[in-house]
Amino acid sequence: MLTRFANPTRFVALAASLLPWCAGIAGLALAAGLVLALAGSPPDYQQGESVRIMYVHVPAAWMALFAYAFLAAASAVGLVWRHPLAHVAAGEAAVIGACFTFVCLATGSLWGKPMWGTWWEWDARMTSVLILFFLYLGYIALAHAFDEPARGEKAAAVLALVGAVNLPVIKFSVDWWNTLHQGASVVTLSGPKIDAAMLAPLLVMAAGFTALFVAVLLVRMRTALIARRLRALTLSRVHAGAVAPETAQGA
Amino acid sequence: MAAFESFLAMGGYAAYVWPAYAIAAAVLAGLVVVSLRELGRRARELAAAEAALPARRRRGDRGDA
Repeated sequence: MLTRFANPTRFVALAASLLPWCAGIAGLALAAGLVLALAGSPPDYQQGESVRIMYVHVPAAWMALFAYAFLAAASAVGLVWRHPLAHVAAGEAAVIGACFTFVCLATGSLWGKPMWGTWWEWDARMTSVLILFFLYLGYIALAHAFDEPARGEKAAAVLALVGAVNLPVIKFSVDWWNTLHQGASVVTLSGPKIDAAMLAPLLVMAAGFTALFVAVLLVRMRTALIARRLRALTLSRVHAGAVAPETAQGA
Repeated sequence: MAAFESFLAMGGYAAYVWPAYAIAAAVLAGLVVVSLRELGRRARELAAAEAALPARRRRGDRGDA
């Protein structure tokens, strides 16, 4: 199954047919999600209108975790099976994941100020998400730190796998340590604990973010494959150029 | 109009709610724009590189490109 898409040409064709659907779903879901989040949902009985920050903060946090899980899985596939697209997928997912993590941190800070009276607290949930952000940046920096791209990809993939221990720490940080951050209220053993009127915009926004993640990933992977082909062409030209131009002119 | 103003006021939390949405929109829209631009740029570079290639392979003239 996986090897069917190992061929970059086949992947590009698949990506081209998937992209309009992902982009369309992302556009529709985000538009509907915004309307629901800003106008179609009730204010919270304690937090008032500030609760609307939740509809970008929580889906962004989910995407930050999801993108890292994807990054770690793709890195494992790249290291173990040497799937030619895996490192490309991982590298591009890292950029998107870093963006979502930044959105999560910034909106969380803007929500924390009016609700907790502080922009930032060095508690377990916030610190572990900040570490997630640095893991993304570290992955991106390491992947580009070598002259030979394959070495950077491999080193960064190892970092991605080691950093994956941070994911359960983030998820359970609100249970393991005292924190200002509220506990889980959507993904719990007894089902969602928040009202359907608030759950709906949350899930629609999450669907929109997920579709956006896939769409941007497809675009960026295609760009990376083109860049890779360009590099190969340039290298072969340099290689050929050492002998070819003179003979070419003579012929 | 009054309804719209009270919507903008966000129950007194306008200074937190709107920047949160603005940052999210700016970061994600920026990511989309940068990604699409980069794809266009690389695709043009590749097209130019491939257009220059066959002439070389045929060992003909080196071309003006």
